[in-house]
Amino acid sequence: MGILDTLFGRTKPVQPKLDDLFGLPSAAVQLEAATGFKPTGSGSVSFRAAEGRPFADIQKEVLELLDMDNGKPGGGLPVEVTKDSYGYTWIVSNHLSDEMDALVTDLHAVNTALVDGGFGPQLLCTLVAFSDDSHRRLSLVYLYKRGTFYPFAPLPGRSDRRDNALELQVKGILGEDLKIEQDLARWFPVWGAPGL
Amino acid sequence: MATQTRYAPDRGLTVRMTATMFLLGLVFVAFVALIIGIMSAAHASIGAIVFIALVFGGGSAFVSLFFSDKIALAAAGAREVSPQEAPQLHGIVDRLCALADMPKPRVAIAPARMPNAFATGRNSKNSVLCVTEGLLRYSDLTQEELEGVLAHELSHVAHKDVQVMTYASLLAIVAGLLVRFAFYSELFGGGRRNSNDGNAALLIPLIMVASAVVYAISFLLIRLLSRYRELAADRSGALLTQNPSALMSALTKVSSGMSLIPTQDLRAAEPLNAFYFAPAMKLQGGGASLSALFSTHPSLEKRIEQLTKIQRELGQPGADPRSLR
Repeated sequence: MGILDTLFGRTKPVQPKLDDLFGLPSAAVQLEAATGFKPTGSGSVSFRAAEGRPFADIQKEVLELLDMDNGKPGGGLPVEVTKDSYGYTWIVSNHLSDEMDALVTDLHAVNTALVDGGFGPQLLCTLVAFSDDSHRRLSLVYLYKRGTFYPFAPLPGRSDRRDNALELQVKGILGEDLKIEQDLARWFPVWGAPGL
Repeated sequence: MATQTRYAPDRGLTVRMTATMFLLGLVFVAFVALIIGIMSAAHASIGAIVFIALVFGGGSAFVSLFFSDKIALAAAGAREVSPQEAPQLHGIVDRLCALADMPKPRVAIAPARMPNAFATGRNSKNSVLCVTEGLLRYSDLTQEELEGVLAHELSHVAHKDVQVMTYASLLAIVAGLLVRFAFYSELFGGGRRNSNDGNAALLIPLIMVASAVVYAISFLLIRLLSRYRELAADRSGALLTQNPSALMSALTKVSSGMSLIPTQDLRAAEPLNAFYFAPAMKLQGGGASLSALFSTHPSLEKRIEQLTKIQRELGQPGADPRSLR
């Protein structure tokens, strides 16, 4: 924020950074090789729905766009929409475990539709889920405003504890493939996120 | 990538704020010129008074700026809470900060029963966001309304309002101190004056009057500036959550909740007024226009009116958002 914005008490809406999302497929390969965590094929985009008709229209368009390829080869499963307890909307796209590229393309489609509609500042984060053979859960969370990723690993069976050791391990492994959020205070927990 | 935004900045508010700050600056320059004039005409003893007032005034402003978070928390009896203690509150703040791309402030809860919230701290790294128990428990705000209140407070942090208001009130502090010093030196200094100070006897009352006038004017301007900062925070908060309706209903609920609280609590809360979400104390006596002039917060009607405007902007069809840039 510039000094003029401070003086006048203005905040400019922050535009999302979209491109770093495409680093995910190669990072997923790296992650599986190093830890055995595989993508579950589920990914989601979380955003803050704005009140008013224009936003509702855009949201509808996005869903129709994503569901167009249903039933076709490589088209994936239907898209789900849920609202979490914090009032954020999650669009969940489900693919097969090895279709990381298709999943990222879907997520990117949601992002661009919102940005083109002028609602880019509403994007909160995107989440891609992983699990390993012993059913441990891990997700990579992409912060749109920072253009960075961080790992989030809830401990199985607990709704308020996360596996910090695993998270820091993943940070070390993916540090070269992805831009990892360096400010640990921004690694906020996304309890109850769909697809987790 | 061209940045797109659906909202034009509020030029009117910017213009009014600029005018207020310009007037404050003007009063400051005139005041300094006057003091320098008086000092050059008089003996060093007046210079010493002015110097001491500047040091004390600057010092107290500096202290209040650097310890604003601790002072405000102590005054409100608030306690910092961890994410484990208040997961929901932290969750909302986490998400709002991620949306706004700002560092997360510390989160505290004050035991007061009246529903309110404030944010303080000299910069975003040292800031604290504090809500009262009353806001969390007794005000029956919905989650979205609570979020609106928190977004308003986070906007104060983003706008660096504590810094801006401290600098703006520096002049008033110095002028107020000068009145006092001049008054005391008039009372006690009379006997010790030597013959060289002949015109100083006349000049000290002059300083006193000038400082009192400056104090009064800057006080009104600071209150005016504070009201504009509140409107700016309402606006940024509503744009952040994209939900001006929730902020409106929160304002209405909190304001009506405030007036139901016994007077005792309200008086105790008054010194913190400038940083609160809604003012804790309505000025007693005087017409409506007079209390509007002295108030740190705009009237509920003004705030609702502005939010309604944002609500309308959100309802407009966004055929080509680029044209709104």
